Amino acid sequence: MFEVLGQGLLANLAPSMLLLVLIGTLSGMALGAMPGLSATMGVALLVPFTFAMDPTSGLVLLGAFYMGAIYGGSFTAILVNAPGTPSSIATALDGYPLTRKGRSEFAIVGATMGSFVGGIIGVIALIFLAPPLASFSLRFGPQEYFWVAIFGLTIIASLASGSLLKGLIGGLLGLLLATVGIAPVGGDVRFTFGEPMLQGGIPLVPALIGLFTIPEVIRLIALRTRDAQMVDETRQKDRLGGMLKEILSRPVNLIRSGVIGTIVGILPGAGGSVANLVAYNEAKRASKHPETFGEGEIDGVVASESANNGTVGGGFIPTLTLGVPGTPPDAIILGVLLLHGLRPGAELFTTSGPLVYTFIIALAVSAVMMVPVGLVAGRGLQRGVMALPVRYLAPGITVLTIIGAYAIRSSVVDVFIMLALGVAAYLLQRVGIGGASIVLGLVLGSIAETGLVQGILTSADAALPWTTFFTRPISLVLIAMSVLSVLWPFLQKRRAAKTAAAVNDKTANPVSQRPDTGEGD
Amino acid sequence: MKSRRMFASIVGTIAVALAATGCGGGEAGGGAAENFPQKRVEYILPFDAGGESDITARLQQEKLAEVLGQAVNISYKPGGGGALGWSELTRTAPDGYKFMGSNLPHIILQPMLRDDAGYETEDLKQVYIFQSTPNALLVPADSDIQNLEDFIAAAKEDPGAMSVGGSGDFTANHIGTLMLNDMAGIDVTYTPFSGTGTAVPALLGGHVDALMSYTPQISQLGDQVRAIAVATEERMPGLPDVPTFAEQGYDLVDGAYRGVSVPSETPDDIVQKLADAFEEVNQDPELVEAFEEQAFVLENYGPDEAVELTEERKAVYEDLLTRLELVP
Repeated sequence: MFEVLGQGLLANLAPSMLLLVLIGTLSGMALGAMPGLSATMGVALLVPFTFAMDPTSGLVLLGAFYMGAIYGGSFTAILVNAPGTPSSIATALDGYPLTRKGRSEFAIVGATMGSFVGGIIGVIALIFLAPPLASFSLRFGPQEYFWVAIFGLTIIASLASGSLLKGLIGGLLGLLLATVGIAPVGGDVRFTFGEPMLQGGIPLVPALIGLFTIPEVIRLIALRTRDAQMVDETRQKDRLGGMLKEILSRPVNLIRSGVIGTIVGILPGAGGSVANLVAYNEAKRASKHPETFGEGEIDGVVASESANNGTVGGGFIPTLTLGVPGTPPDAIILGVLLLHGLRPGAELFTTSGPLVYTFIIALAVSAVMMVPVGLVAGRGLQRGVMALPVRYLAPGITVLTIIGAYAIRSSVVDVFIMLALGVAAYLLQRVGIGGASIVLGLVLGSIAETGLVQGILTSADAALPWTTFFTRPISLVLIAMSVLSVLWPFLQKRRAAKTAAAVNDKTANPVSQRPDTGEGD
Repeated sequence: MKSRRMFASIVGTIAVALAATGCGGGEAGGGAAENFPQKRVEYILPFDAGGESDITARLQQEKLAEVLGQAVNISYKPGGGGALGWSELTRTAPDGYKFMGSNLPHIILQPMLRDDAGYETEDLKQVYIFQSTPNALLVPADSDIQNLEDFIAAAKEDPGAMSVGGSGDFTANHIGTLMLNDMAGIDVTYTPFSGTGTAVPALLGGHVDALMSYTPQISQLGDQVRAIAVATEERMPGLPDVPTFAEQGYDLVDGAYRGVSVPSETPDDIVQKLADAFEEVNQDPELVEAFEEQAFVLENYGPDEAVELTEERKAVYEDLLTRLELVP
């Protein structure tokens, strides 16, 4: 194995190959940064161009493009609160507040380093742990997917730091939206009100753009003053070295998020949209100062981006070893493999070793290239956007949102859905119900429903099919994690109250020991 | 380039709207077929990228462009198991420039079984059916079930308890399972997954007992699964070791047929021109070889034959589903 690994590495060091990876990464980034143009769509558009190349170069280009596209989604999430792909939902939660504080550069640097580390972790898992991880992923059946979705929903408890009730209302609204369209199991048509375009349900990307971006545009316009600034520019500019130091000083967050991304990526049917949210939640939970999340906490950006690039390598594990695509873009790349007569399976690594390892190493090279490209081009782009006065920025963003919502399915109905949800989200925000919990309900609602109904159908042999949801080992672990996740904010509050009380007791001593002097994780 | 394309399609939409309200000059006359096509054609798939339809369209794309003398652009309009795209197709301009992948039995069963699928089978004019993937019944490689006889015996032991997964509702996998239930007098529970991509891990992980899938999966999954029967009349050339349902005593021949459709008002000569193009593409040796490698079956149904096939399948399904009391 190490021999072919070395061959793969050598193949990647050829200048022509490096150039190919660079082109793939750059064009992927550019596409990912456009809201509405998903990595899946980009990879599909690129496939015909690779037919003219030899299989290795074609796959390398596709892989690098995919890696870059997932990373590119962070730009619009950070700069204009428009998650370019569902994989960057959590990036917007803290990335955009950082932008408003005038620290978008910091957020971009965080996203870049996160994407780099996450991408590398995914690739390492792909190289060394593919077979055992692939067979582990097979143990996830419908019941487990149901609990994964429930675990994801518990994030509402920690997202809604202000009011749990309002968070739950948002989550329920999202779940309600998720029931629109044809039932994922059974095929009944629900809540389409006679509009055939609604058969496909509320489309996720237009919903994301509407819920996150439109309220911001309205806010920008509502500022009234002609030369209103979007961001607070009174801050001093950060220095690159300082930013890198601060981000890299908490390696645990980087690595944990990358590992979460890799594991979620292995599960077909979950993927980047779930991974970034779970990693964000775990980062918040582990943080010494969870209250700063949502207000512009760099750890949140790092966690989300590290996780979503982790799904790239993770997703290829079942794709290459089992022939089961882990994420939607993997399905397209699997199709390309098949077209070239390459059958996935454990044998693929031996029979076509040089090709497979060249491809895998190219993913890693692409992750490495994101660092210089992101630190130079990404920061440049950020400066450009920040330099725009609001009177250009607001209409510019509006045009982008409309194109983005339209492009995903070339459908005007999607644009209307996006605008309607946007206005609703703006009004809901005024009463304290954030878009994030609605999105969570929308993303996870159909995963939960599918798991629930399939779990009951497939365990028709049990006396009481629903009991199988509580008897399987992995399900039990997920249930325990969900319960813990719901209770965590309360436990944390109690602990904080206790320490505060302890501090108060020592008021005689003016130099109180600060409880959080320990270094961050 | 992307934005130009987007701009073109926005302008196109406006033009269509104008034409619909009677403001446009009637340029699409009857004799337009002679020089059809004069611009790029749009090959739309009502499914996600990466599936069997996508792979097929990719194989055809280049050759189709050669034959038609115009570029072929592939795009996606997924949702509702294809229904979203097909209902949209009934509202597009019937000029032949936009055609959409269409599958049997989907376009028969969705309007039959859904209250409001957004289209009727007759609203789509099938241009050509170029390919099919027969159903195949798979079990995990380590299953006790060795052949169809074992499968049926196991199903009879505990009616309703055995679970068979497949891709989607109202699909060939779904109806194939119902047909097998009917023919063998068994009762297995069909569980739909969002696609072959999510159904396969459910089989490999033992979450379902068997999978009604399509023949390409047999070679794709290799020795991880055992194929106990394929729903073809004779054994497939690419899969000489896999027996048919028929030779094991059950006359089950069915699968998914892939073709393309246009809105029903499209002029016949334009339909014929497209059909001829697909027929020519279907004879390309490279494509024939790629189809065989993937265990796709090459089919050649022109516009009229496609309608005949559709009518014939419709009658079979209607009979079965009425007996099962599934038709609303």
